[in-house]
Amino acid sequence: MKRLASIAFAAAIALFLQGCAGWQSALDPKGPAASELAWLIWFFTGLCAVVWVLVMAALAVPLMMRSRERLEPLVLDAGADNRKLRVVMTAVGLTAVILVGLTLLSFFANRTLAAIGSDAALTIRVTGHQWWWEVRYEDATPSRILTTANEIHIPAGEPVRLLLTSTDVIHSFWVPSLSGKLDLIPGHMNVLDIKADKPGVYRGQCAEFCGAQHANMGTFIIAEPRAEFEAWWNDQLQPAAAPTSDEAKTGEDLFLKRPCVMCHKIGGTPAGGTVAPDLTHVASRQTLAAGTLTMSRGNLAAWIADPQGVKPGSHMPVVDLSGDELNAIVAYLEGLK
Amino acid sequence: MKPAAMLLLAILAVAACQREERDTRPQSALGSGEQPTPVTTLEPGGQRPSPTDNKAASFEANAFHLSEGKRLFGWFNCSGCHANGGGGMGPALMDEKWIYGSSMESIHATIRDGRPNGMPSFRDKIPDDQIWELAAFVRSLSGNAPSSAAPSRNDDMMVHPSENRMPDAATLGKSP
Repeated sequence: MKRLASIAFAAAIALFLQGCAGWQSALDPKGPAASELAWLIWFFTGLCAVVWVLVMAALAVPLMMRSRERLEPLVLDAGADNRKLRVVMTAVGLTAVILVGLTLLSFFANRTLAAIGSDAALTIRVTGHQWWWEVRYEDATPSRILTTANEIHIPAGEPVRLLLTSTDVIHSFWVPSLSGKLDLIPGHMNVLDIKADKPGVYRGQCAEFCGAQHANMGTFIIAEPRAEFEAWWNDQLQPAAAPTSDEAKTGEDLFLKRPCVMCHKIGGTPAGGTVAPDLTHVASRQTLAAGTLTMSRGNLAAWIADPQGVKPGSHMPVVDLSGDELNAIVAYLEGLK
Repeated sequence: MKPAAMLLLAILAVAACQREERDTRPQSALGSGEQPTPVTTLEPGGQRPSPTDNKAASFEANAFHLSEGKRLFGWFNCSGCHANGGGGMGPALMDEKWIYGSSMESIHATIRDGRPNGMPSFRDKIPDDQIWELAAFVRSLSGNAPSSAAPSRNDDMMVHPSENRMPDAATLGKSP
Protein backbone atom coordinates (compact mmCIF):
# COMPACT_ATOMS: atom_id res chain seq x y z
CA MET A 1 0.00 0.00 0.00
CA LYS A 2 2.76 2.35 1.05
CA ARG A 3 4.68 1.47 -2.07
CA LEU A 4 1.66 2.24 -4.23
CA ALA A 5 1.29 5.65 -2.58
CA SER A 6 4.92 6.54 -3.21
CA ILE A 7 4.63 5.48 -6.87
CA ALA A 8 1.51 7.64 -7.21
CA PHE A 9 3.39 10.53 -5.57
CA ALA A 10 6.34 10.14 -7.97
CA ALA A 11 3.94 10.06 -10.92
CA ALA A 12 2.22 13.22 -9.68
CA ILE A 13 5.59 14.99 -9.33
CA ALA A 14 6.57 13.86 -12.84
CA LEU A 15 3.30 15.23 -14.24
CA PHE A 16 3.80 18.47 -12.33
CA LEU A 17 7.33 18.86 -13.70
CA GLN A 18 5.97 18.36 -17.22
CA GLY A 19 4.65 21.91 -16.84
CA CYS A 20 8.26 23.13 -16.73
CA ALA A 21 8.87 22.32 -20.39
CA GLY A 22 7.58 24.38 -23.29
CA TRP A 23 7.76 27.89 -24.61
CA GLN A 24 7.77 29.67 -21.25
CA SER A 25 10.07 27.93 -18.82
CA ALA A 26 13.21 28.91 -16.96
CA LEU A 27 14.09 25.20 -16.78
CA ASP A 28 14.03 24.82 -20.56
CA PRO A 29 16.68 27.34 -21.64
CA LYS A 30 16.91 28.41 -25.28
CA GLY A 31 19.50 31.16 -25.00
CA PRO A 32 22.93 31.69 -23.41
CA ALA A 33 21.63 33.82 -20.53
CA ALA A 34 18.90 31.34 -19.64
CA SER A 35 21.35 28.38 -19.92
CA GLU A 36 23.78 30.13 -17.59
CA LEU A 37 21.03 30.83 -15.06
CA ALA A 38 19.58 27.32 -15.36
CA TRP A 39 23.00 25.74 -14.80
CA LEU A 40 23.57 28.03 -11.81
CA ILE A 41 20.23 27.23 -10.17
CA TRP A 42 20.67 23.46 -10.68
CA PHE A 43 24.19 23.60 -9.21
CA PHE A 44 23.03 25.69 -6.23
CA THR A 45 20.06 23.42 -5.63
CA GLY A 46 22.18 20.27 -5.94
CA LEU A 47 24.94 21.46 -3.64
CA CYS A 48 22.50 22.78 -1.05
CA ALA A 49 20.62 19.45 -1.19
CA VAL A 50 23.86 17.55 -0.51
CA VAL A 51 24.68 19.84 2.42
CA TRP A 52 21.16 19.44 3.80
CA VAL A 53 21.36 15.64 3.61
CA LEU A 54 24.79 15.66 5.35
CA VAL A 55 23.50 17.91 8.15
CA MET A 56 20.43 15.76 8.63
CA ALA A 57 22.60 12.65 8.76
CA ALA A 58 24.94 14.29 11.26
CA LEU A 59 21.92 15.04 13.42
CA ALA A 60 20.29 11.65 13.01
CA VAL A 61 23.30 9.43 13.73
CA PRO A 62 23.97 10.67 17.31
CA LEU A 63 20.23 10.68 18.01
CA MET A 64 19.99 7.02 17.02
CA MET A 65 23.10 5.91 18.90
CA ARG A 66 22.63 6.02 22.64
CA SER A 67 25.95 7.18 24.00
CA ARG A 68 27.06 5.25 26.98
CA GLU A 69 27.25 7.11 30.27
CA ARG A 70 30.70 8.17 31.29
CA LEU A 71 31.77 6.49 34.44
CA GLU A 72 33.10 9.71 35.82
CA PRO A 73 31.18 12.58 34.21
CA LEU A 74 33.48 15.27 35.57
CA VAL A 75 36.75 13.74 34.37
CA LEU A 76 38.28 15.63 31.45
CA ASP A 77 38.50 13.57 28.24
CA ALA A 78 40.93 15.56 26.10
CA GLY A 79 40.74 13.09 23.21
CA ALA A 80 36.96 13.28 22.81
CA ASP A 81 36.90 17.08 23.17
CA ASN A 82 39.56 17.44 20.48
CA ARG A 83 37.58 15.19 18.15
CA LYS A 84 34.49 17.34 18.64
CA LEU A 85 36.47 20.51 18.06
CA ARG A 86 37.89 19.09 14.81
CA VAL A 87 34.41 18.15 13.58
CA VAL A 88 33.03 21.61 14.30
CA MET A 89 36.01 23.42 12.77
CA THR A 90 35.81 21.23 9.63
CA ALA A 91 32.11 22.04 9.28
CA VAL A 92 32.77 25.78 9.71
CA GLY A 93 35.64 25.66 7.22
CA LEU A 94 33.56 23.74 4.66
CA THR A 95 30.69 26.23 5.07
CA ALA A 96 33.06 29.13 4.40
CA VAL A 97 34.54 27.39 1.35
CA ILE A 98 31.07 26.57 -0.07
CA LEU A 99 29.76 30.09 0.53
CA VAL A 100 32.78 31.70 -1.12
CA GLY A 101 32.60 29.18 -3.97
CA LEU A 102 28.91 29.84 -4.67
CA THR A 103 29.47 33.61 -4.46
CA LEU A 104 32.26 33.36 -7.01
CA LEU A 105 30.13 31.17 -9.29
CA SER A 106 27.30 33.71 -9.11
CA PHE A 107 29.76 36.52 -9.81
CA PHE A 108 31.20 34.84 -12.90
CA ALA A 109 27.72 33.91 -14.15
CA ASN A 110 26.78 37.59 -13.87
CA ARG A 111 29.86 38.53 -15.88
CA THR A 112 28.86 36.06 -18.58
CA LEU A 113 25.35 37.53 -18.67
CA ALA A 114 26.69 41.07 -18.92
CA ALA A 115 29.00 40.11 -21.79
CA ILE A 116 26.19 38.69 -23.97
CA GLY A 117 25.13 41.96 -25.53
CA SER A 118 28.41 43.83 -25.66
CA ASP A 119 28.34 43.77 -29.48
CA ALA A 120 24.55 43.85 -30.02
CA ALA A 121 23.78 45.16 -33.49
CA LEU A 122 20.04 45.59 -32.94
CA THR A 123 18.40 47.82 -30.34
CA ILE A 124 14.72 47.46 -29.45
CA ARG A 125 12.88 49.84 -27.15
CA VAL A 126 10.22 48.01 -25.13
CA THR A 127 7.72 50.20 -23.29
CA GLY A 128 5.26 48.72 -20.81
CA HIS A 129 1.68 49.96 -20.76
CA GLN A 130 -1.33 48.77 -18.79
CA TRP A 131 -1.62 46.05 -20.22
CA TRP A 132 0.38 45.64 -23.41
CA TRP A 133 3.92 46.06 -24.74
CA GLU A 134 4.99 48.75 -27.15
CA VAL A 135 7.94 47.60 -29.26
CA ARG A 136 10.07 50.07 -31.21
CA TYR A 137 12.92 48.95 -33.46
CA GLU A 138 15.65 51.56 -33.52
CA ASP A 139 17.58 52.31 -36.67
CA ALA A 140 20.06 54.97 -37.77
CA THR A 141 17.74 55.75 -40.71
CA PRO A 142 14.64 57.46 -39.29
CA SER A 143 12.37 56.04 -41.99
CA ARG A 144 13.29 52.52 -40.90
CA ILE A 145 12.26 53.00 -37.27
CA LEU A 146 9.37 50.63 -36.67
CA THR A 147 6.76 50.56 -33.93
CA THR A 148 4.63 47.48 -33.27
CA ALA A 149 3.06 45.90 -30.24
CA ASN A 150 3.18 42.74 -28.13
CA GLU A 151 5.32 40.63 -30.48
CA ILE A 152 9.07 41.02 -30.60
CA HIS A 153 10.81 39.64 -33.66
CA ILE A 154 14.56 39.10 -33.30
CA PRO A 155 17.23 37.52 -35.48
CA ALA A 156 18.18 34.11 -34.06
CA GLY A 157 21.75 33.58 -32.87
CA GLU A 158 22.45 37.31 -32.52
CA PRO A 159 22.52 39.35 -29.34
CA VAL A 160 19.78 42.01 -29.16
CA ARG A 161 19.78 44.96 -26.80
CA LEU A 162 16.43 45.78 -25.18
CA LEU A 163 15.85 49.23 -23.67
CA LEU A 164 13.07 48.87 -21.13
CA THR A 165 10.87 51.62 -19.78
CA SER A 166 7.23 52.21 -18.84
CA THR A 167 4.62 54.93 -19.16
CA ASP A 168 2.40 54.24 -16.17
CA VAL A 169 3.43 51.79 -13.45
CA ILE A 170 6.32 49.38 -12.90
CA HIS A 171 6.14 46.32 -15.15
CA SER A 172 8.71 43.55 -15.53
CA PHE A 173 9.95 41.95 -18.73
CA TRP A 174 10.46 38.21 -18.40
CA VAL A 175 10.99 35.65 -21.13
CA PRO A 176 12.15 32.71 -18.99
CA SER A 177 13.39 30.62 -21.92
CA LEU A 178 15.82 33.39 -22.90
CA SER A 179 16.87 35.45 -19.89
CA GLY A 180 16.17 36.63 -16.38
CA LYS A 181 13.63 39.33 -15.69
CA LEU A 182 14.14 43.07 -15.51
CA ASP A 183 11.79 45.84 -14.42
CA LEU A 184 10.31 48.50 -16.69
CA ILE A 185 10.22 51.69 -14.63
CA PRO A 186 8.52 54.98 -15.61
CA GLY A 187 11.11 57.66 -16.34
CA HIS A 188 14.04 55.25 -16.19
CA MET A 189 15.70 53.14 -18.89
CA ASN A 190 16.86 49.63 -18.06
CA VAL A 191 19.03 47.62 -20.44
CA LEU A 192 18.60 43.88 -21.00
CA ASP A 193 20.54 41.86 -23.57
CA ILE A 194 18.92 38.74 -24.94
CA LYS A 195 19.97 36.13 -27.42
CA ALA A 196 18.07 33.15 -28.77
CA ASP A 197 20.28 30.27 -29.91
CA LYS A 198 17.80 28.85 -32.40
CA PRO A 199 14.73 30.09 -34.30
CA GLY A 200 11.54 29.58 -32.38
CA VAL A 201 8.69 31.24 -30.50
CA TYR A 202 9.20 31.98 -26.81
CA ARG A 203 6.52 33.36 -24.53
CA GLY A 204 7.11 36.16 -22.07
CA GLN A 205 4.99 37.48 -19.26
CA CYS A 206 4.89 40.65 -17.19
CA ALA A 207 6.50 39.58 -13.92
CA GLU A 208 5.62 42.52 -11.66
CA PHE A 209 2.04 43.04 -10.51
CA CYS A 210 0.88 46.05 -12.51
CA GLY A 211 -2.89 46.15 -12.05
CA ALA A 212 -6.08 44.30 -12.88
CA GLN A 213 -4.91 42.62 -16.08
CA HIS A 214 -1.32 41.84 -15.04
CA ALA A 215 -1.87 38.14 -15.78
CA ASN A 216 -3.05 38.98 -19.31
CA MET A 217 0.07 40.92 -20.24
CA GLY A 218 1.90 38.40 -22.33
CA THR A 219 4.41 38.85 -25.13
CA PHE A 220 6.03 36.64 -27.73
CA ILE A 221 9.63 36.61 -28.83
CA ILE A 222 9.86 35.29 -32.35
CA ALA A 223 13.42 34.38 -33.27
CA GLU A 224 13.99 33.97 -37.01
CA PRO A 225 16.97 33.56 -39.32
CA ARG A 226 18.49 36.94 -40.22
CA ALA A 227 17.08 36.98 -43.78
CA GLU A 228 13.53 36.25 -42.61
CA PHE A 229 13.84 38.88 -39.91
CA GLU A 230 14.93 41.52 -42.44
CA ALA A 231 12.04 40.56 -44.73
CA TRP A 232 9.61 40.84 -41.82
CA TRP A 233 10.98 44.27 -40.89
CA ASN A 234 10.64 45.54 -44.47
CA ASP A 235 7.06 44.19 -44.61
CA GLN A 236 6.15 45.92 -41.38
CA LEU A 237 7.53 49.24 -42.64
CA GLN A 238 4.97 49.27 -45.44
CA PRO A 239 1.77 51.27 -44.89
CA ALA A 240 -1.36 49.29 -44.14
CA ALA A 241 -2.92 47.23 -46.93
CA ALA A 242 -5.75 49.07 -48.66
CA PRO A 243 -9.17 47.47 -48.08
CA THR A 244 -10.12 45.20 -50.98
CA SER A 245 -13.83 44.45 -50.43
CA ASP A 246 -16.67 46.94 -50.04
CA GLU A 247 -17.24 45.71 -46.52
CA ALA A 248 -13.62 46.33 -45.59
CA LYS A 249 -13.78 49.78 -47.18
CA THR A 250 -16.81 50.58 -45.00
CA GLY A 251 -14.83 49.24 -42.07
CA GLU A 252 -11.97 51.63 -42.76
CA ASP A 253 -14.35 54.60 -42.93
CA LEU A 254 -15.98 53.53 -39.68
CA PHE A 255 -12.58 53.07 -38.02
CA LEU A 256 -11.66 56.64 -38.91
CA LYS A 257 -15.04 58.09 -37.89
CA ARG A 258 -15.57 56.25 -34.62
CA PRO A 259 -13.63 56.28 -31.34
CA CYS A 260 -11.02 53.72 -32.62
CA VAL A 261 -9.10 56.55 -34.26
CA MET A 262 -8.61 58.41 -30.98
CA CYS A 263 -6.09 55.87 -29.65
CA HIS A 264 -4.87 53.58 -32.45
CA LYS A 265 -2.52 54.17 -35.36
CA ILE A 266 -2.83 52.63 -38.81
CA GLY A 267 0.04 53.61 -41.08
CA GLY A 268 -1.03 55.15 -44.38
CA THR A 269 -4.35 56.42 -42.98
CA PRO A 270 -5.17 59.54 -40.92
CA ALA A 271 -5.38 57.34 -37.80
CA GLY A 272 -2.37 58.35 -35.73
CA GLY A 273 -3.10 57.65 -32.07
CA THR A 274 -0.13 56.48 -30.04
CA VAL A 275 -1.69 55.57 -26.69
CA ALA A 276 -2.86 52.13 -27.81
CA PRO A 277 -1.24 49.36 -29.91
CA ASP A 278 -0.28 50.20 -33.50
CA LEU A 279 -2.69 48.30 -35.77
CA THR A 280 -0.92 48.82 -39.12
CA HIS A 281 -0.21 45.08 -39.45
CA VAL A 282 -2.36 43.76 -36.63
CA ALA A 283 -3.57 40.67 -38.50
CA SER A 284 0.03 39.49 -39.01
CA ARG A 285 0.41 38.96 -35.25
CA GLN A 286 -0.35 35.66 -33.58
CA THR A 287 -2.41 37.03 -30.72
CA LEU A 288 -4.75 39.84 -29.75
CA ALA A 289 -4.76 41.93 -26.60
CA ALA A 290 -1.22 41.04 -25.46
CA GLY A 291 -1.37 37.27 -25.75
CA THR A 292 -4.93 37.00 -24.41
CA LEU A 293 -6.71 35.71 -27.54
CA THR A 294 -5.38 33.97 -30.63
CA MET A 295 -5.77 36.01 -33.81
CA SER A 296 -8.97 35.07 -35.62
CA ARG A 297 -11.97 36.84 -37.05
CA GLY A 298 -14.18 35.65 -34.21
CA ASN A 299 -11.77 36.77 -31.52
CA LEU A 300 -11.30 40.17 -33.21
CA ALA A 301 -15.06 40.67 -33.16
CA ALA A 302 -15.34 39.48 -29.55
CA TRP A 303 -12.55 41.80 -28.45
CA ILE A 304 -14.00 44.90 -30.17
CA ALA A 305 -17.59 44.16 -29.17
CA ASP A 306 -16.77 43.78 -25.48
CA PRO A 307 -13.16 44.40 -24.45
CA GLN A 308 -14.27 44.67 -20.82
CA GLY A 309 -15.64 41.13 -20.98
CA VAL A 310 -12.28 39.77 -22.20
CA LYS A 311 -9.99 41.96 -20.08
CA PRO A 312 -12.04 43.68 -17.35
CA GLY A 313 -10.47 47.01 -16.43
CA SER A 314 -8.47 47.35 -19.64
CA HIS A 315 -8.33 50.85 -21.08
CA MET A 316 -10.18 49.95 -24.29
CA PRO A 317 -13.75 51.21 -23.86
CA VAL A 318 -16.94 49.54 -25.03
CA VAL A 319 -17.82 51.36 -28.25
CA ASP A 320 -21.41 51.64 -29.40
CA LEU A 321 -21.40 49.71 -32.72
CA SER A 322 -24.20 47.96 -34.58
CA GLY A 323 -23.69 44.38 -35.75
CA ASP A 324 -23.05 45.48 -39.34
CA GLU A 325 -20.57 48.15 -38.23
CA LEU A 326 -18.72 45.60 -36.09
CA ASN A 327 -18.52 43.14 -38.99
CA ALA A 328 -17.22 45.81 -41.33
CA ILE A 329 -14.50 46.92 -38.89
CA VAL A 330 -13.46 43.30 -38.30
CA ALA A 331 -13.33 42.68 -42.06
CA TYR A 332 -11.05 45.70 -42.42
CA LEU A 333 -8.73 44.77 -39.54
CA GLU A 334 -8.53 41.17 -40.74
CA GLY A 335 -7.02 42.44 -43.99
CA LEU A 336 -4.21 44.33 -42.22
CA LYS A 337 -1.62 41.62 -42.69
CA MET B 1 -18.68 43.37 28.35
CA LYS B 2 -15.40 42.37 26.81
CA PRO B 3 -16.86 40.14 24.02
CA ALA B 4 -19.34 42.89 23.18
CA ALA B 5 -16.51 45.40 22.78
CA MET B 6 -14.57 42.91 20.65
CA LEU B 7 -17.62 42.36 18.46
CA LEU B 8 -18.09 46.10 18.06
CA LEU B 9 -14.42 46.50 17.07
CA ALA B 10 -14.72 43.65 14.56
CA ILE B 11 -17.82 45.22 13.03
CA LEU B 12 -16.02 48.57 12.79
CA ALA B 13 -13.03 46.90 11.15
CA VAL B 14 -15.22 45.09 8.63
CA ALA B 15 -17.07 48.33 7.91
CA ALA B 16 -13.78 49.74 6.61
CA CYS B 17 -13.87 47.13 3.85
CA GLN B 18 -16.69 49.06 2.22
CA ARG B 19 -15.16 51.01 -0.64
CA GLU B 20 -16.20 52.81 -3.73
CA GLU B 21 -17.70 50.57 -6.39
CA ARG B 22 -15.63 50.43 -9.53
CA ASP B 23 -17.76 49.83 -12.58
CA THR B 24 -15.31 48.62 -15.23
CA ARG B 25 -18.05 47.74 -17.66
CA PRO B 26 -20.43 50.69 -17.84
CA GLN B 27 -23.42 50.59 -20.12
CA SER B 28 -22.08 52.83 -22.83
CA ALA B 29 -22.87 50.07 -25.31
CA LEU B 30 -26.51 50.97 -24.93
CA GLY B 31 -26.00 54.23 -26.81
CA SER B 32 -24.70 57.65 -26.04
CA GLY B 33 -26.70 59.95 -23.84
CA GLU B 34 -28.99 62.30 -25.68
CA GLN B 35 -30.16 64.40 -22.78
CA PRO B 36 -31.30 67.80 -24.05
CA THR B 37 -28.74 70.06 -22.42
CA PRO B 38 -29.28 73.62 -23.64
CA VAL B 39 -26.25 75.00 -25.47
CA THR B 40 -27.21 78.51 -24.51
CA THR B 41 -28.74 80.09 -21.46
CA LEU B 42 -30.50 82.69 -23.58
CA GLU B 43 -34.13 81.72 -23.41
CA PRO B 44 -37.30 83.74 -23.96
CA GLY B 45 -38.94 84.44 -20.64
CA GLY B 46 -35.88 83.81 -18.50
CA GLN B 47 -33.55 80.91 -17.87
CA ARG B 48 -34.75 77.41 -18.61
CA PRO B 49 -34.03 74.97 -15.79
CA SER B 50 -31.19 72.70 -16.82
CA PRO B 51 -32.24 69.03 -16.95
CA THR B 52 -30.04 66.71 -14.96
CA ASP B 53 -28.64 63.39 -16.02
CA ASN B 54 -28.23 60.52 -13.58
CA LYS B 55 -24.81 59.80 -15.07
CA ALA B 56 -23.69 63.23 -13.87
CA ALA B 57 -24.43 62.41 -10.26
CA SER B 58 -22.81 58.96 -10.40
CA PHE B 59 -19.64 60.17 -12.15
CA GLU B 60 -18.87 63.52 -10.52
CA ALA B 61 -17.73 62.21 -7.12
CA ASN B 62 -16.37 58.82 -8.20
CA ALA B 63 -12.60 58.57 -7.76
CA PHE B 64 -12.17 55.93 -10.47
CA HIS B 65 -14.05 57.93 -13.11
CA LEU B 66 -12.21 61.12 -12.13
CA SER B 67 -8.80 59.50 -12.55
CA GLU B 68 -9.86 57.89 -15.83
CA GLY B 69 -10.91 61.36 -16.96
CA LYS B 70 -7.47 62.65 -16.07
CA ARG B 71 -5.84 59.95 -18.16
CA LEU B 72 -8.12 60.64 -21.13
CA PHE B 73 -7.48 64.40 -20.83
CA GLY B 74 -3.83 63.64 -21.56
CA TRP B 75 -4.46 60.91 -24.14
CA PHE B 76 -6.85 63.02 -26.23
CA ASN B 77 -4.58 66.06 -26.09
CA CYS B 78 -7.02 68.42 -24.39
CA SER B 79 -3.82 70.14 -23.25
CA GLY B 80 -3.23 71.17 -26.87
CA CYS B 81 -5.65 74.05 -26.27
CA HIS B 82 -6.32 74.04 -22.53
CA ALA B 83 -2.71 73.47 -21.35
CA ASN B 84 -3.31 71.16 -18.37
CA GLY B 85 -6.25 73.38 -17.41
CA GLY B 86 -4.24 76.57 -17.34
CA GLY B 87 -5.59 77.77 -20.66
CA GLY B 88 -3.91 78.82 -23.87
CA MET B 89 -5.68 78.79 -27.19
CA GLY B 90 -8.73 77.57 -25.29
CA PRO B 91 -10.05 78.96 -22.01
CA ALA B 92 -8.54 78.09 -18.66
CA LEU B 93 -10.37 75.29 -16.85
CA MET B 94 -8.93 75.77 -13.37
CA ASP B 95 -10.45 79.16 -12.55
CA GLU B 96 -13.95 80.08 -11.38
CA LYS B 97 -15.11 81.35 -14.80
CA TRP B 98 -17.40 79.04 -16.75
CA ILE B 99 -18.60 80.45 -20.06
CA TYR B 100 -21.26 77.77 -20.44
CA GLY B 101 -21.84 76.84 -16.79
CA SER B 102 -20.00 74.56 -14.42
CA SER B 103 -22.53 71.72 -14.26
CA MET B 104 -21.53 68.24 -15.40
CA GLU B 105 -24.28 68.38 -18.02
CA SER B 106 -22.93 71.61 -19.53
CA ILE B 107 -19.35 70.35 -19.68
CA HIS B 108 -20.54 67.06 -21.16
CA ALA B 109 -22.50 68.98 -23.81
CA THR B 110 -19.43 71.11 -24.53
CA ILE B 111 -17.27 68.07 -25.21
CA ARG B 112 -19.97 66.15 -27.06
CA ASP B 113 -21.36 68.92 -29.25
CA GLY B 114 -18.57 71.49 -29.27
CA ARG B 115 -18.92 75.24 -28.76
CA PRO B 116 -18.55 78.25 -31.03
CA ASN B 117 -15.07 79.75 -31.36
CA GLY B 118 -13.04 76.62 -31.48
CA MET B 119 -14.16 73.76 -29.23
CA PRO B 120 -14.68 70.83 -31.64
CA SER B 121 -17.40 68.23 -31.25
CA PHE B 122 -16.27 64.82 -30.08
CA ARG B 123 -19.73 63.26 -30.51
CA ASP B 124 -18.70 60.15 -32.46
CA LYS B 125 -15.07 60.13 -31.43
CA ILE B 126 -15.37 59.51 -27.69
CA PRO B 127 -17.77 56.95 -26.17
CA ASP B 128 -20.37 58.65 -23.99
CA ASP B 129 -19.10 57.29 -20.66
CA GLN B 130 -15.62 58.55 -21.45
CA ILE B 131 -17.10 62.02 -22.14
CA TRP B 132 -18.71 61.92 -18.69
CA GLU B 133 -15.35 60.94 -17.20
CA LEU B 134 -13.67 63.86 -18.94
CA ALA B 135 -16.40 66.21 -17.75
CA ALA B 136 -15.98 65.00 -14.16
CA PHE B 137 -12.22 65.56 -14.35
CA VAL B 138 -12.60 69.03 -15.88
CA ARG B 139 -14.84 70.02 -12.97
CA SER B 140 -12.25 68.75 -10.50
CA LEU B 141 -9.62 71.05 -12.03
CA SER B 142 -11.32 74.04 -10.42
CA GLY B 143 -11.97 72.41 -7.05
CA ASN B 144 -15.53 71.37 -7.85
CA ALA B 145 -14.98 67.73 -6.91
CA PRO B 146 -14.60 66.39 -3.36
CA SER B 147 -10.89 66.25 -2.54
CA SER B 148 -11.36 62.69 -1.26
CA ALA B 149 -12.23 61.60 -4.83
CA ALA B 150 -10.19 63.97 -7.04
CA PRO B 151 -6.99 62.55 -8.59
CA SER B 152 -4.11 62.77 -6.17
CA ARG B 153 -0.92 62.21 -8.11
CA ASN B 154 0.47 63.69 -11.28
CA ASP B 155 2.45 61.26 -13.42
CA ASP B 156 4.41 64.11 -15.01
CA MET B 157 5.70 67.53 -14.05
CA MET B 158 2.62 69.74 -13.76
CA VAL B 159 2.08 73.48 -13.61
CA HIS B 160 -0.33 73.12 -10.72
CA PRO B 161 -0.75 70.86 -7.70
CA SER B 162 -2.70 67.65 -8.03
CA GLU B 163 -6.47 68.07 -8.32
CA ASN B 164 -7.24 67.04 -4.75
CA ARG B 165 -5.00 69.84 -3.51
CA MET B 166 -6.59 72.51 -5.68
CA PRO B 167 -8.35 75.35 -3.81
CA ASP B 168 -11.98 74.63 -3.09
CA ALA B 169 -14.25 76.34 -5.63
CA ALA B 170 -16.70 77.38 -2.92
CA THR B 171 -14.12 79.48 -1.06
CA LEU B 172 -11.65 80.07 -3.91
CA GLY B 173 -8.85 79.19 -1.55
CA LYS B 174 -9.70 81.94 0.93
CA SER B 175 -10.80 81.29 4.46
CA PRO B 176 -14.60 81.40 4.54
